[in-house]
Amino acid sequence: MTKLLDVKDLSVKFFTREGIVNAVNNINFSIKKSETVGIVGESGSGKSVCVMSIIQLINSPPGKIVNGKINFNGVDLLKLNINQIRNIRGNLISMIFQDPMSTLNPVLKIGDQIIESLKKHLKMDEIQARKRAIDLLEMTGISPAKYRIDDYPHQISGGMRQRVMIAMGIACNPKLLIADEPTTALDVTIQAQIINVIKNIQELIGMSIIWITHDLGVVAGSVDRVLVMYAGSIVEEAPVKELFKNPRHPYTIGLLQSIPRIDQKLPKKLFSIKGLPPNLINYPKGCSFYSRCDYHINKCLEKPPEFKTANTNHKFACYVNVS
Amino acid sequence: MPIDPNKILLSVNNLKVYYPITKGLFLKKTGDIKAVDDISFDIFKGENLGIVGESGCGKSSTGRSILQLYPPTEGEIIFEGQDLTKIKGEKLRKIRPRFQMIFQDPYSSLDPRKTVCEIVREPLDVHKISDGKSRNERVKELLNAVGLEISSMKRYPHEFSGGQQQRIGIAKALALNPSFIVCDEPVSALDVSVQSQVINLLMELKQSLGLTYLFISHDLSVVRHISDRIAVMYLGKIVEIADRSELYKNPKHPYTKALLSAIPIPDPIFENERKKKLIILQGDVPSPSNPPKGCNFCTRCPQKEIIRREKGIDCDEVEPVYKEISAQHWTACHLF
Repeated sequence: MTKLLDVKDLSVKFFTREGIVNAVNNINFSIKKSETVGIVGESGSGKSVCVMSIIQLINSPPGKIVNGKINFNGVDLLKLNINQIRNIRGNLISMIFQDPMSTLNPVLKIGDQIIESLKKHLKMDEIQARKRAIDLLEMTGISPAKYRIDDYPHQISGGMRQRVMIAMGIACNPKLLIADEPTTALDVTIQAQIINVIKNIQELIGMSIIWITHDLGVVAGSVDRVLVMYAGSIVEEAPVKELFKNPRHPYTIGLLQSIPRIDQKLPKKLFSIKGLPPNLINYPKGCSFYSRCDYHINKCLEKPPEFKTANTNHKFACYVNVS
Repeated sequence: MPIDPNKILLSVNNLKVYYPITKGLFLKKTGDIKAVDDISFDIFKGENLGIVGESGCGKSSTGRSILQLYPPTEGEIIFEGQDLTKIKGEKLRKIRPRFQMIFQDPYSSLDPRKTVCEIVREPLDVHKISDGKSRNERVKELLNAVGLEISSMKRYPHEFSGGQQQRIGIAKALALNPSFIVCDEPVSALDVSVQSQVINLLMELKQSLGLTYLFISHDLSVVRHISDRIAVMYLGKIVEIADRSELYKNPKHPYTKALLSAIPIPDPIFENERKKKLIILQGDVPSPSNPPKGCNFCTRCPQKEIIRREKGIDCDEVEPVYKEISAQHWTACHLF
């Protein structure tokens, strides 16, 4: 199957007063049509910066994409000018964000925010666009949509706002939906509803999804393949079942072990990864996970490890063979 | 320290916390946000009672009003035999060292212009405990207890990571040797790999210092790990309370069941299997300023129709009674 999106050697830095922040370091990944890829990582891993670079949403200055090629449907997105990328945003590639209260326009009715992209990208007139907006809201579970379409964001709940965001995101039937922690700010029961909505829509229109989260539970139930990021690099990549069954990178192993599990017997003490999250300014010469790793060897200090294959489709960047 | 069922450290009786809604220039009161709407529970000495619930359920308001950070609208808070709602001013100040709080956002709960030493020392200074030199010694002792280096004393909060800032917050909460600590979402703002460090620390301290905790969280996996008993809150009411293993094995209230079924498990095979049993709730949470007349959960409850058919009760109209259905297991639902 051909690749819908192919990211090659992407590096993003932020030039700040305190120093140069190496947010994303030389990453490579791709997505196929109708595939759902999860990007997992904690604060500072670079997952948000990485996907925002795809549609040039990085504030520049202080951010700068210093290297890379992002191939989407045969076009290098990084070579497009602002008008060209605007035609793609909300249209072929859509993004939904974490906190709907801060990403929805508080002074516009929710219907108008959806209609805006329908008019611009699909060139619909007011009547067509309004009808489509009502259909989209119904699709996301806001019912009866014709009575809610003229509400303002502050008049609806967090779960509903996120649904409006999803409706905006899928309005133009995008080929790729980027969901950046779409359910983190939501309660568990609402989260379950939203994940359900997104998956149903994906089946309906056949779009690919990049799902960013720090929640491994959400990943387990919602994606086909997982990329684990740490300190700006991808440290492991595998199909979801394989990653959970057979994690190879010490960070992935540690992460999986340190989550309290509701389905398992209680351990006396929770496993925890020692040390602190990485400093992205003073970037270490060797592996960025060295100081927190229980398996490190001398070689790890000299040069960052390159990818090696565990088996088909499973890559990880570590000198040591931890099993 | 084993839980002594005969020693109740804290009794909360019919607690109500209502926030007024005001309108207009003269702030005329037009209604109330019923954040906590008549709840009662006991906490035993040496216990860790967890309160879980989603945003807006009233769990933080409960914690804060117990500590008298926000005055309860109604109800009694009996702590070590005294009703805190009836004590004011200097008398209340004298008991405050006995109960403390650890906050959710470690960064905004620490004064950015004070050094770690000044922050952890502040409770000792305010209550005039011994003298300067011994206070500094006590700070060193506390930093040691939470796993921070003595060199931290001269540094400022922004120089530390989230997990370390939370440890500073914990050290400060322990300064006056409290017997009871309210932990309000103490690990929610931390990365997963750091959460477990702080949870382990809280458990060790409880054991070594004989503390009693009220542990507030929306994360059921964390609460299961650290709590002995758990109360589930929804829209200002306690819908269920039970022993830890009992609650997760035998949830009774439909909301508890839905909540437990919605927690994502980091296991793809398990998740695939579970999709078949997943309870997806329809509808949204009602507003706390206008809760339903009957059961608070009636707008989303998957059991409503069954109750109407089999018991002839209209959940929209009749509020269920909170009662004990088996040993130490309480719930409020017309099913029981």
